[in-house]
Amino acid sequence: MAKDLSRYAGRRRKNWIILSLSMFATAIGLFFLGAIMFALLTEGIAAIRPSLFTEMTPAPGSDGGLLNAIYGSAVMTVFGTVVGTPIGILVGTYIAEYSRGNKLGQAIQFINDVLLSAPSIIVGLFVYELLVVPMGHFSAWAGGTTLAILVIPVVTRTTVDMLALVPNALREAAAALGTPKWRITVSVCYRAARQGMLTGIMLAVARISGETAPLLFTVLSNQFWSMDMNRPIANLPVVISNFALSPYPDWQRLAWGGALLITVAILCLNIAARTLASFGSAKQ
Amino acid sequence: MHEELSATVVDIPSSSTPRLRGPQDLLDGLFRGATLFFGLFILLILGGIGLSLVVGSSEALRTFGLGFLWTETWNPATEVFGALVPIYGTIVTSIIAMVVGVPLSFGVAVFLTELCPPMLKRPLSIAIELLAGIPSIIYGIWGLFVFAPFLQAHVQPFLIGTLGHVPLIGALFGGPPFGIGILTAGLILAIMVLPFISSIMRDVFETVPPMLRESAYGLGCTTWEVVWRIVLPYTKVGVTGGIMLGLGRAMGETMAVTFVIGNAHRITTSLMAPGTTISSALANEFTEASRGLYTSSLITLGLILFIITFFVLAAAKYMLIRMQRQAGT
Repeated sequence: MAKDLSRYAGRRRKNWIILSLSMFATAIGLFFLGAIMFALLTEGIAAIRPSLFTEMTPAPGSDGGLLNAIYGSAVMTVFGTVVGTPIGILVGTYIAEYSRGNKLGQAIQFINDVLLSAPSIIVGLFVYELLVVPMGHFSAWAGGTTLAILVIPVVTRTTVDMLALVPNALREAAAALGTPKWRITVSVCYRAARQGMLTGIMLAVARISGETAPLLFTVLSNQFWSMDMNRPIANLPVVISNFALSPYPDWQRLAWGGALLITVAILCLNIAARTLASFGSAKQ
Repeated sequence: MHEELSATVVDIPSSSTPRLRGPQDLLDGLFRGATLFFGLFILLILGGIGLSLVVGSSEALRTFGLGFLWTETWNPATEVFGALVPIYGTIVTSIIAMVVGVPLSFGVAVFLTELCPPMLKRPLSIAIELLAGIPSIIYGIWGLFVFAPFLQAHVQPFLIGTLGHVPLIGALFGGPPFGIGILTAGLILAIMVLPFISSIMRDVFETVPPMLRESAYGLGCTTWEVVWRIVLPYTKVGVTGGIMLGLGRAMGETMAVTFVIGNAHRITTSLMAPGTTISSALANEFTEASRGLYTSSLITLGLILFIITFFVLAAAKYMLIRMQRQAGT
């Protein structure tokens, strides 16, 4: 009996130790989130001032802001989202509504999921070979195309997941009224899945607005204000990267400022997307 | 009955009443065609990526042949290139990321599914997933300015002082504390893959039927025994898939690694020493490379990365699909 009890105590102790470790692991994860945010805030706040939003990227040693980089990032992100989203939605529609689980649909979904996690730097190389080499120079078009390619798998994935949640009864009811299939998809299914699809688009925007590596091969960057989509254009991630690696304190400060800006924007998008998603699921 | 009905009703081809809906038929066909077209477009993108990398790398492959894979030299001046050092760096940083990241992710998943009070579950999950939202470049600057100096000042001297004297593995922890280097890159990758792996583990843990869990508890198992003997065996395919997905991410991660790895083209036994990975070599050298053999060699590195990550991710996906089917039936 005593032996049994001591074995039981041993099991309890092991349980306690391992569960404490798991709590510790969670604490470590949260600690790093906190540490990164803390560093961004302490280093970045100093750079957040009006000139950050009104002046161009400076030469080393002089004062300036990030206006041209913010503009460039915004333009390319909008281009990537506007081009990539409809494509992603159509692909998702094919998988969820038309393929009905056939081999082609499964293959497309599989490849899409692989693309979703594929290294973005590879996509950058692809667009470099596809657009930069034939055109002979880096350009904002190439950067926007890269971002569009990165948007597609994210939007496709959420569209498939969300359309799968639409009850079949809705489709049947619409079909019984004589509604053609495309109309059922657009007016009934999309409408029912609207919230989730919007979440997917927001997550896609969050993902591309911080992408750096593929832009190095496709847009490069630009020291000056440029609106020419056919030329290299300044953009936040590449400017942050260049400035952070430079030896000049002014540039490093601007890099921290840009990093804070980009992270806050992305985290807000992420939180908003998740709140929207949970709001939608609570309503159902 | 219900299922059958839905299948027949929705699948009725819209041409069943041709006279009534002529133009609608056309629209139906167009819409279907558009979705199919872009569906095929996805396959085309993947094919295009592979093809463009093969075309771009042909010059280097013609010059160096398969020996490119195990040549250690990387010398832009004499135009002799080999992929051994970047491949070594990619593998070693990924191993460090997995060794550190997988147990951490497992801990997080166990905490969230077994221990966490329901009220905290959602906020904590979101907080952990926010780690995945932070862009690579932010990890990069944080790693370069905060994490690497910290490791250099506090952690690495300790590792060199203790593990550095242990026979066999001592060489891994020898040499001066550089701060930046392979170890730092691996640790940052571990933090970066944590949210991916832990959220998949959490999701697959939740597919375990409550009856299995409750039976085990009913027999007097402790929480840990339920996790180790019931939950983990039931979900092992999904868990492996999640880990592979994290591995695929770690191998392709670029900016964070580029910032902290030191970009040195050499293989050193010490994990503290600077090194390079495939992706960091690309990010660091591509825009400065002269056209021709140099660029082509870099693209060949990209091709190698593409092939490795494709197989890792495909295997991961395959396992997760198997897990889904198992949960579905």
